[in-house]
Amino acid sequence: MIPVLLILLPLLTGIISFFIKEENAAKGWGLLSAVLTLTVAVAGIYFYPAAQLSFDSAWLPSLGSRFTMSMDGMSKMLVLLTAISFPLIFIATYKNQYRNAGSFYALMLLTQAGLMGVFVANDALLFYFFWELALIPVYFLCSLWGGEKRIAVTFKFFIYTFIGSLMMLAGILYMYFQTTDHSFAWQSFYSVQLAPEKQSWVFWLFFIAFAIKMPIFPFHTWQPDAYEQSPTATTMVLSGIMVKMGIFAVIKWLLPFFPAASAQFAQWIILLSVIGMLYASLIAIRQDDIKRLIAYSSIAHIGLMSATLFTGSRVGLEGVMIQMFNHGINVIGLWIVADAIEQQLGTRKFSELGGLAQKAPSLAILLLVMAFANIALPLTNAFIGEFLMFNGLFHYNIWITAVAGISIILAAVYTLNMVQKVFYGNTTTLTSNATDISGNIRIALVILVVLVIALGVYPQPMIDLTKDTVGATMAGK
Amino acid sequence: MPIQYYIYLSLALFSIGIIGVLTRRNAIIVFMCIELMLNAVNLLLVAFSKMHHGTALATDAATTAGIDGQLFVFFIMVVAAAEVSVGLAIIVMMYRNIHSVDINFLNRLKN
Amino acid sequence: MSKFVYLVPLFPLIGFLINGLGRKSLSKSMISVIGCGVMLASFVVSLLVFFDVKANGATTVELFSFIRSADFQIPFAFQVDQLSSLFLLIITGIGFLIHLYSAAYMHEEEEQHFGRYFAYLNLFVFSMLLLVLGANYVIMFIGWEGVGLCSYLLIGYWFKNDQYNYAAKKAFVMNRIGDLGFLLAVFWLLFKLGTVTYGDVFSRVSELSSFDITAITILLFVGAMGKSAQIPLYTWLPDAMAGPTPVSALIHAATMVTAGIYMIARSNILYTMAPVSQALVAIVGLATAIFAATIALKQNDIKKVLAYSTVSQLGYMFLGLGVGAYTGAVFHVMTHAFFKALLFLGAGSVIHAMHHEQDIRKMGGLKKHMPITHITFLLACLAIAGIPPFSGFFSKDEILMAAFSANPLYYYIGLVGALMTAFYMFRLYSLTFLGSFRGTHEQAHHLHESPSPMTIPLIVLAVLSVLGGFVGIPEVFASDAHSLENFLAPIFAESNKLAHAHHLTHSQEYIMMGVSTALIIGVIIFAVTKFKKAADVNDENTGVAKVLENKWYVDELYDNIIVKPLHLLSVFLKNILEKNIIDGVVNGVGKLVGYGSRQLRLLQSGQVGNYILVMVMVMVIFVLIWFNDITIMNFLKKLF
Repeated sequence: MIPVLLILLPLLTGIISFFIKEENAAKGWGLLSAVLTLTVAVAGIYFYPAAQLSFDSAWLPSLGSRFTMSMDGMSKMLVLLTAISFPLIFIATYKNQYRNAGSFYALMLLTQAGLMGVFVANDALLFYFFWELALIPVYFLCSLWGGEKRIAVTFKFFIYTFIGSLMMLAGILYMYFQTTDHSFAWQSFYSVQLAPEKQSWVFWLFFIAFAIKMPIFPFHTWQPDAYEQSPTATTMVLSGIMVKMGIFAVIKWLLPFFPAASAQFAQWIILLSVIGMLYASLIAIRQDDIKRLIAYSSIAHIGLMSATLFTGSRVGLEGVMIQMFNHGINVIGLWIVADAIEQQLGTRKFSELGGLAQKAPSLAILLLVMAFANIALPLTNAFIGEFLMFNGLFHYNIWITAVAGISIILAAVYTLNMVQKVFYGNTTTLTSNATDISGNIRIALVILVVLVIALGVYPQPMIDLTKDTVGATMAGK
Repeated sequence: MPIQYYIYLSLALFSIGIIGVLTRRNAIIVFMCIELMLNAVNLLLVAFSKMHHGTALATDAATTAGIDGQLFVFFIMVVAAAEVSVGLAIIVMMYRNIHSVDINFLNRLKN
Repeated sequence: MSKFVYLVPLFPLIGFLINGLGRKSLSKSMISVIGCGVMLASFVVSLLVFFDVKANGATTVELFSFIRSADFQIPFAFQVDQLSSLFLLIITGIGFLIHLYSAAYMHEEEEQHFGRYFAYLNLFVFSMLLLVLGANYVIMFIGWEGVGLCSYLLIGYWFKNDQYNYAAKKAFVMNRIGDLGFLLAVFWLLFKLGTVTYGDVFSRVSELSSFDITAITILLFVGAMGKSAQIPLYTWLPDAMAGPTPVSALIHAATMVTAGIYMIARSNILYTMAPVSQALVAIVGLATAIFAATIALKQNDIKKVLAYSTVSQLGYMFLGLGVGAYTGAVFHVMTHAFFKALLFLGAGSVIHAMHHEQDIRKMGGLKKHMPITHITFLLACLAIAGIPPFSGFFSKDEILMAAFSANPLYYYIGLVGALMTAFYMFRLYSLTFLGSFRGTHEQAHHLHESPSPMTIPLIVLAVLSVLGGFVGIPEVFASDAHSLENFLAPIFAESNKLAHAHHLTHSQEYIMMGVSTALIIGVIIFAVTKFKKAADVNDENTGVAKVLENKWYVDELYDNIIVKPLHLLSVFLKNILEKNIIDGVVNGVGKLVGYGSRQLRLLQSGQVGNYILVMVMVMVIFVLIWFNDITIMNFLKKLF
């Protein structure tokens, strides 16, 4: 019952939110809903019997599709991530002004419903349905509340991801016709096990869909633009949670179905991912815009995850699991900082900023922790993930690891660049009147910082949470 | 009467309708030509229906074979009636707005 | 007592939290009391731990399981043994003195920044303690990166100055290059052995192939190059002098930069089994020792001279490690910590008196204004120059003797370096303290001896610099008097068993000591007489001297072969490849579709007649096609 509740709660509150006219009421309603969802998620995952975590009911019997949901370790973790992120996002952006706030929050909540659905669906058609449900509100959010170039950028984003979705749909339909019982159930897909030579093109249909979502070089160009132009709250959802859909889908909907093709193409995907890591890191070095820098940094981090996914190493997979969570937390923190600066000073350009540490010491310190989490300093959460992932990569190939490792040096270069140019040095005309962050942003950032450090010092709960998924994936299920 | 005569008549009516639609620019005449085509089809339907029913009656006195053609005709007539009312309304509106019923005048869809 | 060892890093952590969170509300005196108090507490616990280890031997204290993966397990555990307890003493002891010194040195800072300074300093000590206490390479790595972080924060402490920020960033990035090597070595160990705990690694080292050991040790050494500022990753350390002087004393002289030596000493068994890596360590160490010493000859910034001297002395320590003189290297870490911290604090005292003037060409004659600083500085100079019986003599001598038995060439080059050390240190000393004052009138007017919180650490460190060498009296003077070697014996036992040391005869040793001491004294007299008058200090340097003054142009070289191409590449990727090629393809597809649709749109004329005509024609065409169908043909024939 819990998974259904997790979807219905944001879905219904979201629909109600469309009719809320008053801005503060909409914000309060959104926050209330997000907190309720978080409560349900935490209670469901930690306090209710495991039987409550799955759900099965008839949906489209003529098509062989059922409303089946279940939560394994990975789903639990990503549901937690989604549930934790939304309240934080709402808190951090509480003071942002929106035209028609009711609809904005409604669409945000619908996105949350879609994300929850993606993470718990156990039926391919249902999965596809939620995949799109998560995408479409984001399209409207970006195109209605985005920056000045929003129309072109959103269009690009939509076409990009939609092409991916259609390829996935084609793949799903192909797999459906291969099933013996004509069903969309995960189990039926799994028992298809195509002959190795038939796997390759279906593999690519799925993989490209997921690769666009993650995104992996060279399918990434929608991302910096979309991150830059979307309203920050949406960007946080996009980069914090939505990119995890791609990785999640690879683990759940790709690797088990096409083991032969995965092994066959692993080296190319790893190569592509590692190139993408270095490529994105190098571009980030010369960025002059906080948001674009974070976007490219995120591409680099995702590159490491996708490379590790295909090494077939257990340690690496463990790393990917916890890194999905950690990256979500960290990148949302960075966005909050970027948003705080933009909201106050109206610019994201390094060249116009500087010396903020004198004016906003709390923001500077909180950013510093986030920045060091971004470069995976030990005792921050990202270190654990990257350590395990690099370990997995090392099992695969030493040289690839060494080359990929260059990105941790480059990460230090661009992250410290940002810290230096925005926070250190002398104040500019723009920043000389800056003030420190307001209470709501402080609360959100402090919570994130506590999470970052806590998970960096004691990561074991996260590793244990996803243990079953790792085991199943390694066993080929 | 042989069925061919009906076919010839309806062919003629239909062709007149098509030519009218293609060549005339007055919306009302175009509309009348469309009605003409519909009625050509109706005629054909009735004729074939009668022919089939006649041949079927020879073997089975209680058969209903072939009468569905005439049913169709009723449907078409109903649709045509609806069409006339809507269509004429459109034409009236058109005249009110642009003081003309010339269909070539209305080509703003091309952009 | 050893099981309470977690208190040692816990106290600085508490100090960090209190000072960090309360920096706006606490008064300066409160902050210094907390900052120094936690260090003192930590030092006391360290002392207890040290004596406990001395009496009862080593133990491991496991706190909790840090990472428990399916393939391996990494506990958060502390290794309390002879080596780590010795380092605990050095870190907390000198750390305490420097905290005390800082309280006076930094008193001009605003409260908020004062708190920030002490928070960073406490965090540094915490990280450094983790580094030496960790019972496996991952915990060591936590400390390893942690000290890098604090170094970054403290170099860039005066963050309004962009020059300092660049220096901080450079330090962090160069350290990261080394850290990558370290990490790869850790992965290698995990891959081959499935463990990174020292005890397990060292006891199972025989399972590794010699290629593995060589690769692991070289990668670890890359880490050490970064942290301990060896060629080619040394250039950050002189720039790191941008930080406050006590920071330079604590981090960039006494403790953090010796992390690489600690790490290799800790992994001594691996290095002993990898002769190639050992040779590499020795050669890099020696090269750095000489190279940095040549640069130090011509520097005019008091802190830069000391920085290059630190790089050079670290080179000696690596030379010691490379030739298997692990005890000697650790010994030199200890004595170096005493005298180099003293030198930096002395320099800080001078800078303080000179109102933040660091150029030695503008000093001179400070002897009479600052007697305590002068005496202690002189003692430190004598110690670093290696005059018996000061501490530097014993430790440097031990390294050089071991170098001689490994390869006489090492010894001769090392000796040249030692002579240069004596030269530049006494050039520094003479220019600063002897002769007449060359600064402005205002500075001359304000010259004063520093307050007691600054002079007390100087005096304590001076005593240690003078007497510290007596814990390691070489065998040639008295048998079994090298108490440090005896103390550390369990750590290096395995290595010493494997290494076939051929000892020098006593007469050889006497001759070498005598000759080197005589040469050093000669150099000192030469330097003092040459620079006492300081006649030519302001002359323009030419030729080799100019190259040395410009540090062999290494910074410029790195800038041109690494930094600039990297930036160019970044700009190329950002503006050309990303914007035009990859995004160009994506947008090109979009444009193609747009173009096609614009062409197709022309078909839509908006004339209803045209549409109907097309419709009718298509219908006619379909009918014609059907006419070809036999059954329809037959049907039609039958009709007509």
